[in-house]
Amino acid sequence: MSLFSPKNKEAFTTPLWKDNPVVIQVLGICSALAVTSQLEPAIVMGLSVTVITAFANVIISLLRKTIPSRIRIVVQLVVVATLVTIVSQVLKAFAYDVSVQLSVYVGLIITNCILMGRLEAFAMMNGPWESFLDGVGSGLGYAWILVVVGFFRELLGAGTLLGFQVIPDCAYEAGYMNNGMMTMPAMALILVGCVIWAHRAISKEK
Amino acid sequence: MNKNSNVYTILYASVMVIIVAFLLAGVSLLLKAKQDANVEIDRQSQVLASLRMRVGADITKEQVTAEYERIVTEGTLPGSDLPLYTCQLDSATTKYVVPVKGRGLWGGLWGYIAVNADGQTVYGAYMSHEGETAGLGALIAETKFQELFNDKHIFASDSTTTVALTVVKSGKVEQPDYQVDGITGATLTSNGVAAMLQEGLAPYAEFFRSLSAPVEE
Repeated sequence: MSLFSPKNKEAFTTPLWKDNPVVIQVLGICSALAVTSQLEPAIVMGLSVTVITAFANVIISLLRKTIPSRIRIVVQLVVVATLVTIVSQVLKAFAYDVSVQLSVYVGLIITNCILMGRLEAFAMMNGPWESFLDGVGSGLGYAWILVVVGFFRELLGAGTLLGFQVIPDCAYEAGYMNNGMMTMPAMALILVGCVIWAHRAISKEK
Repeated sequence: MNKNSNVYTILYASVMVIIVAFLLAGVSLLLKAKQDANVEIDRQSQVLASLRMRVGADITKEQVTAEYERIVTEGTLPGSDLPLYTCQLDSATTKYVVPVKGRGLWGGLWGYIAVNADGQTVYGAYMSHEGETAGLGALIAETKFQELFNDKHIFASDSTTTVALTVVKSGKVEQPDYQVDGITGATLTSNGVAAMLQEGLAPYAEFFRSLSAPVEE
């Protein structure tokens, strides 16, 4: 079986669009609202979840034939919690400012339903490579929604992108104002709703 | 081997926990030094921010430690163990930096207040928060708000040692010498900042007052 057989490609691409964890399965909403007020933490959070989902999937997939079925959820949780702790420690050491901004939400990746969902539904029944692709796909499916929401919230809420001002000063002088609502979590929920709307509209046309 | 037997389950769980424990201890040991250095740089950059040297705008992150060591001497308030940082911006300019702590609406507030050599006016302020409301209370962490404190008086008059520096409701400034305009929609956070300043600066009031007192012989 080749590395990129149609089945493997499907494991990777399905969660990106057709079965997106955020807009279709409506998982991971809490963190999607909390960390998207700016683009940078949204990107870091998306990448962290991608890395953790991918590696947790691989580890569980490698262990799947040895895990006693009665404690399989516990085993999955321990694996996820270990990876999350390592990622959080690495962020503190190499991206301190971002880790301060993400605060508790890195730790809360443990409770992100996307992870447990993929481990239980995919990694327990598939080989390590397929599980890796599925994990990366699910993580990126989550990440791109965060990035879209973070892009609009930072652009409209603060007039910046990644901390750089993109709305020119002359626009402010002409009376343009940043939308303070955008920095609130409530607006993130509305934006996620808009993304879901757009997603359904486009999917229906196909 | 029977995967569902009790012995197997217990052994599996034990081995797993031991491996994980060693792994995490190793990672923590490996990264500890780097993390502590980050925390220290962060603290130093907060002190420098109160001296109008903000990371990103005035200095780069790499310069923080060198600048901090050049400028700041960590000491204590004479006659007590409260921290007082004496800062030599250049040979002629001395500033004093005082750390302050307080409570906001949702969590802790902290900051550093830099005071001019005469002990009467604020040179600069830095403050941050644990989790004030984004877009409202969280605005206290922005340079724009903190710069409102520049050049404010700490005391209402020359004879008192009561700290008058405060934050008032937005648009209600009556004494621009020592009142700072609060943030609209974040009255409780603004009150927290005011309380933090008054409680935090009070133990230093006598000292600041003595800096400008006429020399008695």
